[in-house]
Amino acid sequence: MIRLEKVNKSFGHLHVLKNVSLEVEKGEVVCIIGPSGGGKSTLLRCINHLEKIDSGTIYFEGTPVYQFTQNGKPVVDPDHRIEHFRSQIGMVFQSFNLFPHFTALENIMVAPVYVRGEPRDEVRQRALALMAKVGLSDKVDAYPHELSGGQQQRVAIARALAMQPKAMLFDEVTSALDPELIGEVLRVMRKLAIEGMTMLVVTHEMGFARDIADRVVFMADGIVVEEGTAQQIFSAPKNERTRQFLQTILERNAELEPAEDRPASV
Amino acid sequence: MFHGVFSFFDFSHALEYLPDLLYGALISVELTFAVMALSLVFGLIVALARMARPRWIRIVATTYVEVIRGTPCLLQLFYIYFVLPAFGVRLPPFMAGVIGLTINYSAYMSEVYRAGIQAVAKGQLEAAQALGMSRSLMMRLIILPQAIRIVVPPLGNYFISLFKDTSLASSITLRELLFTGQIISATNFQYFTIFTIIGIIYLALSYPGSLAVQALERRMKIGYRTRRRTVLAGAATRGAA
Repeated sequence: MIRLEKVNKSFGHLHVLKNVSLEVEKGEVVCIIGPSGGGKSTLLRCINHLEKIDSGTIYFEGTPVYQFTQNGKPVVDPDHRIEHFRSQIGMVFQSFNLFPHFTALENIMVAPVYVRGEPRDEVRQRALALMAKVGLSDKVDAYPHELSGGQQQRVAIARALAMQPKAMLFDEVTSALDPELIGEVLRVMRKLAIEGMTMLVVTHEMGFARDIADRVVFMADGIVVEEGTAQQIFSAPKNERTRQFLQTILERNAELEPAEDRPASV
Repeated sequence: MFHGVFSFFDFSHALEYLPDLLYGALISVELTFAVMALSLVFGLIVALARMARPRWIRIVATTYVEVIRGTPCLLQLFYIYFVLPAFGVRLPPFMAGVIGLTINYSAYMSEVYRAGIQAVAKGQLEAAQALGMSRSLMMRLIILPQAIRIVVPPLGNYFISLFKDTSLASSITLRELLFTGQIISATNFQYFTIFTIIGIIYLALSYPGSLAVQALERRMKIGYRTRRRTVLAGAATRGAA
């Protein structure tokens, strides 16, 4: 469904993505793990054209989008085409980014109503259903600042889902949350995965990745170091860097909380 | 000492000039509101032009702002009132004042708008983009409603300073408050009395304005809770009930 082919991206002379190729099949849950600064978030942002790629091609359902070459000439997509592709891919951010001047329900309704021009009443029904799905039926009229971080993030997920996206991108969505709020967000994501949503998830929650990822991708220094099933990556990593990274994470977790890892098993 | 000062202040004649001065004040107020209303609109247009994608639009808008900010307002008024007639454009003083001050204030207010728009968190733009919003939709639904809260206090301050700056129009023969005073005092030489009254009138009109701006500033700080209606509010609250 989403395929990246030899994607390169630099910020100044910092080469963030180096010839990255990656594929996400329909219905697949792919988790991207790796040290910070490894290019994970940039990769996700490139898929949504929040960052412009320097070279390479991104395919969505088999069609090259954003920037690609045709007959040897670079083609830059017109705005409306970029907007159209974005509207089919949901994205959830680390910092929630809810619109502060809208209530929770309005946050969910705004895109279907204004971007797609869908009838308000229909959208409202769908938005109410989504609020129920993320467990926030009682917060419909709350403004974002009246909600906890976990609640805001669940509204943000509902907001993305309201556009009935074909795939969802999650960019470290639990990193800004207090530990006790992480579980409620992961629970919603788990539900989505079970329902068959195509998901590309950048995460530091190893337990979550191990549990629900069909495939785990380990990225460092702008390259895909290793990818495989969760079983392969977590139990028998082939690459030394992967092994080191997982080792560090496990040690840190062991130091922090000797008990079983926290929200991983929700 | 007090006696000395008050002997300068001619109470017996003060009442006599008052109606004329108040009429002048009315002209000043009218000019203020006309210029403010126009500048609120043009300032925003200029701000958007400075952020537009076509390069030439940005260049035109930036040049306009820099030229206006780099020359005295008084000179701009002179240009419109005394120079334009040479090109066949003859404007009555009030009209020239409205146009001149609007051109001046739009430039300054466009900078306020621009700062407000740029102060909206980058994450807001990204969230809007990720939902597939076009630039204009994003501006209308997400950025401007948040920028307005940021720009209202500084725009309020411009409103007050505009009221005082309307006195510049006295130099293009507009009979607003200050020029009316000049005319009266030129005939009876009661400078102390007349200019004191004028000062009191300016203060009496602008101080409530400044209190109103402060109140507005406090309101903006409270947060979004105070907002009752939004674009989707009708639909949303009904759905929740």
